[in-house]
Amino acid sequence: MKSIVNALIAGLLFGAGLVVSGMVNPAKVIGFLDLTGQWDPSLGLVMASAISLSWVGVKLAATRSNPACAVDQTSRPIDKPLILGSIVFGVGWGLSGFCPGPAVVAASDLYWPALVVMVGLLVGLAVAGRFQTE
Amino acid sequence: MDIAWSLFTPWHSLVGGALIGIAASLLLLGNGQIAGISGILGNLLKPEGRVPWRLAFLAGMVLSPLLLWPVMMQVAPAAVETPEITLGTVARLLIGGFLVGLGTRFANGCTSGHGVCGLARFSPRSLAAVLSFMGAGFVTVALWRLLNGGVSL
Repeated sequence: MKSIVNALIAGLLFGAGLVVSGMVNPAKVIGFLDLTGQWDPSLGLVMASAISLSWVGVKLAATRSNPACAVDQTSRPIDKPLILGSIVFGVGWGLSGFCPGPAVVAASDLYWPALVVMVGLLVGLAVAGRFQTE
Repeated sequence: MDIAWSLFTPWHSLVGGALIGIAASLLLLGNGQIAGISGILGNLLKPEGRVPWRLAFLAGMVLSPLLLWPVMMQVAPAAVETPEITLGTVARLLIGGFLVGLGTRFANGCTSGHGVCGLARFSPRSLAAVLSFMGAGFVTVALWRLLNGGVSL
């Protein structure tokens, strides 16, 4: 029960962070990716701030020697699915102005562009999932 | 490149980013899990992936605007504009969303899993992923601007 409440609170804070930072607004995301237009550096600073505090979490987890936190993917190689998948994701991100987190939060507020993105996103996840099991 | 200082919202970025980082830390410390949204969604699509922590985290994200929206809109950095519903915009969002889903599933992560959590763990795989999706995003938006003259939805 405690872990469920913990995950719920984490989800609430995560969503709040996306709203406060303005990342649920596709215009701000596209503004960051728009290097040849009027560039809005905000997303970069959001990432830097989020990474810094996540790093604290990673450090704390390491000192607690929580085995579940040793989710270490570094042994896996940098392979084709990682790079090609990320490029495909980046194209979709640039087209729509949404990555999965903001899409979930903005869709919950019934923001229509996010609802459309969620339809495409879930289909994409399902299609790729079928591929991977075969 | 012109930096649009009028659009830059450093305080919102810092505070919002901090909330995201705290949330990721909380999930790591309390649940031993990585806050990767594409992974959470992808696993929830499979019956065996519907475990309590994933459902609870997603419920928190879904509830966050409903519970906190009135407060958060006061502090949101800019008003979210609602674009007109046109066939072109719907197609752009649908195709964009599809590529996001497809790509993040193959890459095993998105802006949160690779971008925030992965970089915080200094994962080389995540760094490669972030450079790839950011690069592709920059190129996509630059091409869109070149072809269409503007980039807004």
